[in-house]
Amino acid sequence: MTPSTIELTPTPEDRRIARHAAAAIVLTVAEAAIPLPLPGVKPGLANIVTLVVLARWGWREAVWVSLLRVLAGSLLLGQFLAPGFFLSLSGAVASLLVLGIAVRLPKRWFGPVSQSILAAFAHIGAQLVVARLWLVPHDGVFYLLPVFALAAVVFGLVNGLIAARLLRELGARSSKGGASATGEDVEK
Amino acid sequence: MKRKLGDWWALLRPGDVLVVLAGLMVCGLAVRSLWQGGAPDGAVVRAGGRVVAEVDLGRERLIEVPGPLGVTVIEIQPGRARVASDPGPRQYCVRQGWLTQAGAVAICAPNEVSLSLTGRSANYDSLNY
Repeated sequence: MTPSTIELTPTPEDRRIARHAAAAIVLTVAEAAIPLPLPGVKPGLANIVTLVVLARWGWREAVWVSLLRVLAGSLLLGQFLAPGFFLSLSGAVASLLVLGIAVRLPKRWFGPVSQSILAAFAHIGAQLVVARLWLVPHDGVFYLLPVFALAAVVFGLVNGLIAARLLRELGARSSKGGASATGEDVEK
Repeated sequence: MKRKLGDWWALLRPGDVLVVLAGLMVCGLAVRSLWQGGAPDGAVVRAGGRVVAEVDLGRERLIEVPGPLGVTVIEIQPGRARVASDPGPRQYCVRQGWLTQAGAVAICAPNEVSLSLTGRSANYDSLNY
């Protein structure tokens, strides 16, 4: 076999992103199996991974993990380029932008729970706007806003608490390299 | 179990609690502004088929409407209205009590007086009790 002329050497950072993204994708797929009363109301468990990565490795890696998760998750679920994919993508992009700001809030006062809830609101906000402009061109979509807002608070709180807990445990065990443990812990 | 809950509670920082409360407030506001279609914003009083008074439900007041049998008294309060007294024999419109939904109507047929509530987004065309 001719040796490849292109040499791709993954950096430790690349491997870390891939591991975290894999954990997030597992959660996305597992979550798709949970029956839910309303389309669009999802716990968004994969965002726990995003929050953990954000806190431990910074915003840039969180962006990578989140977008890879949206892409690969939609491929696995057969949603790629379907309306649901664009809804997740718009939600993820808006959440990441808000997270980029929220992470600068004073740490003493605002933890992962705040970040999680703010990101969840950005998520539903962006999704509703995309849905209104493109999928359901009628103001009726906003009728569901209270439901989505409540889901954002509840699931944002739960995900944020789980992320905070994971961060505490990971921080206690070692300052780095807890990547593979992340996925396992989350699934418990 | 109690210690477990306390464990989770310890993960919340002061600002987090504020964010949770703010989120719940957004929910409440969204419910109030989006799901309250039936709130009335005005009342129309008719006598003999003609509109004699068109008022908003902002402040309290009494409206006296003369009819063939005598005077019907309409009472307006913030967000609701009723026929307080009527000279009619059966008092149906008085016994309807307070009207609180947009589209609700009280008719004092003998005295030819009617009271109806209006709203921007009424859930019903008219309500009967």
